[in-house]
Amino acid sequence: MKVLVADRQLVRPGDCLAILEEGIISNEIKRYPDKHIYVLDNKVYSDVLGIVYIEDKDINVIPLESVYYPRKDDTVIGIVDSIGVTSWSIDIRAPYKAILPGSDVIEGFNPITHNLRNYLDTGDLILAKIAIFDRTRDPMLTTKGKGLGKILEGVVVEIKPSKVARLVGKKGSMYNLLSSKSGCDITIAQNGYVWLKCKDEYVTKVLIEAIRLIELKAHIRGLTEEVRVFLESKLGEGK
Amino acid sequence: MSGKPVLIRDGLRIDGRKPEELRPVRIALGVLKNANGSALVEYGNTKALAAVYGPREALPKHISLPDRAVLRVRYHMAPFSTTERKSPAPSRREIELSKVIREALESVVFTSQFPRASIDVFIEILQADGGTRTTGLTAASLALADAGIPMRDLVIGVAVGKVDGVLVLDINELEDEYGEADLPVGIMPNTGEIVLLQLNGVLTSGEFKQALDMAYKGVEQIYKTAKEAMYRKYYKMFEEVR
Repeated sequence: MKVLVADRQLVRPGDCLAILEEGIISNEIKRYPDKHIYVLDNKVYSDVLGIVYIEDKDINVIPLESVYYPRKDDTVIGIVDSIGVTSWSIDIRAPYKAILPGSDVIEGFNPITHNLRNYLDTGDLILAKIAIFDRTRDPMLTTKGKGLGKILEGVVVEIKPSKVARLVGKKGSMYNLLSSKSGCDITIAQNGYVWLKCKDEYVTKVLIEAIRLIELKAHIRGLTEEVRVFLESKLGEGK
Repeated sequence: MSGKPVLIRDGLRIDGRKPEELRPVRIALGVLKNANGSALVEYGNTKALAAVYGPREALPKHISLPDRAVLRVRYHMAPFSTTERKSPAPSRREIELSKVIREALESVVFTSQFPRASIDVFIEILQADGGTRTTGLTAASLALADAGIPMRDLVIGVAVGKVDGVLVLDINELEDEYGEADLPVGIMPNTGEIVLLQLNGVLTSGEFKQALDMAYKGVEQIYKTAKEAMYRKYYKMFEEVR
C-alpha cells in the first residue's frame, strides 16, 4: 500500500489517501463506514471532511463534525422525550428515537396498574445502554446494569459526538487523567454527553473547562500533557 | 427593457472579464450555528447560502425509506434577491431546480448509511446575478461536507454560456438573458464525473465539447478556493483556543 497523505492531515470527501498494490481491481465501491473511507479501483478515498490517522497499514479518518450513530452495547445518556402506555421515547441525539420499555425499569410491569410518568417524566436524564439496534428498527435501551438508570445528581456536559474518542484517549489515558487529577466520578457516554459527579463546584468548573479544551484542540499532538499541566495549575499537584 | 446590449467588445465581456475567466469566488464554511453544516458561496454578485440538517428523524414518518436516508432539497430565492421583488412562494422553476440539485447530490451522498432518516438541505439565494443553481449546488455540497455527512466527493457547479457567438465561462445575468446558450454543469472534482447537466439554447457538438472543457477548468479553480475554505474552518478551530 502506498500512502499519499501525511498523518493527521486534513482530508476532504473524495481525496485519494492511498493506492493498494494487492487485490483485484473492482469498479464497485467498497465502504468502511467506521473508518470513513471507501475503496474504488484499488484506491482508498476519504468520505468525510476530517483528519486522517495512519497507523502501520491502517487508515482511519476522524470527521470534524458528525452526528451520533447508535451501536449495540454503547453507553448513552438520553433525555426522556415522550411517554407512551408501555414505553418511553428517549432522545439520544441520534437520527432515531430510542425506546425504553416499561418492563425494563419496573418489575412485574403492568400497563394497567403502573403509570410510567411516576418513574421517569419528560425531561429526565437517564444513563442507559443500547440493548438492541439493527438499523431496521429504532434502538432499544436498557437500564439494567451497574450504574445505569436515572441521573439524579451532578452535571451533564454536552460535547460533539466526534470528539468522544479524544476525551477517552488511547486506552483511556485522557479519561484516567481527568478522573485521577480531579477526583470526580466521570461517565463518558458515546453519544457526546459527559456526566460529572464532583465534591465541589470549583472542581466541576475546572473539569468543564478542561473538557472544552480537549474538544477544541482534539487534533493536536501532546494534548494529554497539556491537559495535565492545565489541571495541575488549577487544582494543584496530585489529589 | 431596451434592446440587446453589446456583450463582447474587443474580446472582453460586458463586466470586463476574458471569455475563460471566472467571477471572483468566495467561500465560507460553518456560517450558521443552528445547522449541522452550512456554507456561503459567492460567484461574483451571486450569493447562495446553504444549510444542512441531519441525518435526523424523517418527519412525517411516511416519507422515510427502509433502506436509505431521504434527501430533501429546497432551492429558494429570497424575495430581495432580484431587482424586482420575487414572490416568496416556490415557483415552477424553483421546484425544478430543487429536483435537479437533489438528484445531483443523491449521486454523491452515501444515503444507505442512514436508513429511515432524512438529510435536509436548504439553499437560499440571497442575491441573484446568473448561475444561481450552480452556486447553490456548490454551497449545498460544501454544507454537506461541513455537516460531516459521508459522501463520495464534493460537487462543484459552474455554467458555460454562448454570447455573441463566443463561449464564455460562468455567465452572469445579462449574458444569460441576451446570450444564445446556457450550460450549467455539476462536476465531481476528484473523479471528474458529471452529476448535473442542463442546456438552454443551441450549441453545436464541437461547441458543446469545448464548453465542457471550459467547465472542467472552471471547476478546478473553484475547487481550489473550496479547499482553502475548508482549511480555514479547520484552522479557525485552533485560533479559538488561543
